[in-house]
Amino acid sequence: MSKGVLVDVSRCIGCRSCMVACKTWNDLPATKTEFTNNWDAPGKTDAYNWTVVNYHLIEQGDQVKWRFVKRQCMHCDEPACESACFTHSFVKTKEGAVIYKPTELNQDYCVGCRYCMIACPFGVPSFQWDKALPFVQKCRFCYDRMKEEGLKPACVTACPTGTLTYGERDELLKEAWKRINSNPNYIKRVYGEKEYGGTSWLYISDVPFDEIGLKTTAYGKDVSEKSIPSLTWSVLKWTPYIFVGWGAILTALNFYTKRRDEVHHHEEMYEAVNTIEGKQDE
Amino acid sequence: MQKTWSFKLTPFRYVLIGLAGIAVVTALARFVLGLGAVTNLSDEWPWGLWIGFDLLCGIALAGGGFSTALIVHVLHKEKYLPIARAALLTSLIGYIIALVSLLLDIGRWTNCWRPFFYWGFHSVLFEVFWCISLYTTVQVLEFGDIFFERVKIGPLKNILSKAMVPLTILGIVLPTLHQSSLGSLYIVTVDRLNPLWWSMIIPFFFVWSAFFLGPAMVTIEGTLAARAYNRKPETPIFSSLTKVTMCMLIVYFIVRMIDLNYHGVYSMAFNGSFESNMFLVEMILFVLVPIFMYAIPAIRNTQWGVLTASILVVAGVVFNRMNVVFTGMAQSAGGHYFPSIWEWLITLGMWSVLALAYLFVVENFPILVKEDHEQEGLSSGKSVSTGRSVEA
Ligand code: SF4
Ligand code: SF4
Ligand code: SF4
Repeated sequence: MSKGVLVDVSRCIGCRSCMVACKTWNDLPATKTEFTNNWDAPGKTDAYNWTVVNYHLIEQGDQVKWRFVKRQCMHCDEPACESACFTHSFVKTKEGAVIYKPTELNQDYCVGCRYCMIACPFGVPSFQWDKALPFVQKCRFCYDRMKEEGLKPACVTACPTGTLTYGERDELLKEAWKRINSNPNYIKRVYGEKEYGGTSWLYISDVPFDEIGLKTTAYGKDVSEKSIPSLTWSVLKWTPYIFVGWGAILTALNFYTKRRDEVHHHEEMYEAVNTIEGKQDE
Repeated sequence: MQKTWSFKLTPFRYVLIGLAGIAVVTALARFVLGLGAVTNLSDEWPWGLWIGFDLLCGIALAGGGFSTALIVHVLHKEKYLPIARAALLTSLIGYIIALVSLLLDIGRWTNCWRPFFYWGFHSVLFEVFWCISLYTTVQVLEFGDIFFERVKIGPLKNILSKAMVPLTILGIVLPTLHQSSLGSLYIVTVDRLNPLWWSMIIPFFFVWSAFFLGPAMVTIEGTLAARAYNRKPETPIFSSLTKVTMCMLIVYFIVRMIDLNYHGVYSMAFNGSFESNMFLVEMILFVLVPIFMYAIPAIRNTQWGVLTASILVVAGVVFNRMNVVFTGMAQSAGGHYFPSIWEWLITLGMWSVLALAYLFVVENFPILVKEDHEQEGLSSGKSVSTGRSVEA
C-alpha cells in the first residue's frame, strides 16, 4: 500500500520540469535565484522550493560527466521528523507520504520549535523565516493528488525522461534491482532501501552517491541503517522506570537518613540581607 | 524581620533595569515581526543563542537546585543547610529564564499552550517540556514555603509544609529526568553531531554534569553574594563540597573516554581539527584541571582556589553545551551562524532580570544564612541549627 518514487539519476537531463510542476501545483511563490559555480539554482530546498535539482560535475579518470539529482523530502518509513515533533504535527500516512498537518489537514498545533529540522537526517524541513507566524514547509508527496484523485505527484507527471517512477515501494525496489543487475554501469546499491530505516523515495545511480550529494557516510562511518525514532525510543523507553525507581530510592534514602531529633524549623536560620548597612554591589 | 519591602537602587542596578527594558522592547518586536526579522537563524541553523545558551545552559546552571536538594534534604547532610535556600532561588530563576527563552524562540508562539493538549510522547521534547513546566511549578511551591515566612498566610504555609517531602523528592526526580532528556534531544542528531559529542549515553553525560556543576555553582554564587553584601563567604562548606564534585568529575572523565573508545573515535580527538581542539580544551582545561585543583588541599581550602576551580567547572559545562549545539554541529549544518545584535540584547536583558530578581529576593526574604548561626554551626562541626527545634 505504501507508495514510493524511484529516481534513476542516470536518466535525468536536468531540465527542472519537476521543479516547475511542483511550484505550480503547490502554489509556491517564485524566489530570486543566484548564479553559483556549480549551476545550482537554488542549491537547497527551502520553504518555497520543495524540490531542487542539483548539478554535479563528476570527474572519473579523464572522463567528465554531468549528473543531475532531484532532491526533496525522502518520506522516510520511520520519519525522524515525526518522532521528534512533540505536537504530533508530522505524520507518516498509510499511503507513504509524510505530511505536515498544520498546512495539509489544517490541524495547527505546531509551535514552531524547529526540532523537526534538527532531527531530519536529510536536512529537509524548512521554516518560513519571512513570516511572523511561520509554518514548517517541505515536499508533501502531493498527498492531495495521491489520495483524492489517484494521481501521480506533479513532479513525476512532469518528468519527460522517465527519471521518476511512481508506484508501490516494494515493486519499485524490485524494479530498481532489476535495472542494477541488468546493467553493470549502475552502483550496486539502492539509496533509500536501508538508510535510516528505509525511505519511500529511492535512488539508483551510475556514479557514486556521495559524489552527487547523497549522504552515505558521516564522520568516516556509514550512515545509520537504524531509524532515528528507534534510537530515540531505546533511550526514552526507560523514562517511567527511572521516574519510579529513582523516586523510590530517594524516598527510602530520605527516611533512612532522617533522625527525629533533627526535625527543626529552618525559619530561624536565615535572614534577608540588610541592605542599609551592608555594602552594595557597585 | 523587616516590615517594608526594600530595594535600593544603585547605578549598577539602573544599568540592569535599562538592559531589561531594551530586551522587553526587542522581544515585543520579535513577536510582531517574526523570528527571521530579528534573529540570524536559518534552515541550516534552526537553533541558536536562545536555545543553545539561555535554555540549555540556563537549565544546566540551575542544576545547583536539585543537587543541593538531594544532599541537604534527602541525604540530610545538614551542614550544607546554609546554602540550600540560595541554591533553590537561583535554580528557580534559571528555570524561569529557560521558559521565557523557549517562549521567545518558538516560531508559532500563539500555539505555545498546545503541547499540553496534544501529546507527542514519543518525542524527547515532550519530556523536556513537561518536566520543565512541572519542575518550575514544584520550585515555585518550594519557594512558597519561604515566601509565606515573610507574607504570613498561616493555612497556606501549613499545607505547603506538609507537602514539602513529596515536593522535594519530585523536585529531584523531575530535573534528573529532564537534564538527561536535554541530552537525549541530541540522540536524533546521529550522523550530524560530531562523534566526539554524540553518543547514545549523552543523556547520562548531561544529567551527570548538571549534577556536579551544582556545588560549583553554589560556590560561585555564594562568593558573589558574600562580596556584594559584605559577608563572610562560607568557604569551609564550599571546600567540603568539592569532594562530591571531584569524584563526579573523575567518573565523568573516565566514562567519556571509555565511550569514545567504544565508538572507535578516540583518534578523532587528536586529529588537529577545530572540533578536536575544542574537545581537548573541554576535557583538559575544564575537567582535568579542576580535578587536580580540588584534589590538592592547599588549593581547595583557600577561597580563591575553590572559587577558581568552581569557575572552571561551571565554564566547562557551558563550554560543553556550546560544543554540542554549535561546534559539533557546524560541519554537518554548513552555512554559518552568529547571533544578531537583537539576539544578544534579549539574552543580556534576560540575565539582567535574573540578577535583579536575585537581589530583590535575598534582600527581602530569608535566603542567606544568619551570620552568627553560620559561625556556630561550623565551629561545632555539627548540625547548624541544633537546639532550635520549634515544631512539636
Ligand atoms: S526526509 Fe526528513 S522531513 Fe522527510 S520524512 Fe524523512 S525525516 Fe521527515
Ligand atoms: S516546529 Fe512544529 S512540526 Fe516541527 S517539531 Fe516543532 S512543533 Fe513539531
Ligand atoms: S511530490 Fe509533489 S510536493 Fe513533492 S516534490 Fe514532487 S511535486 Fe513537489
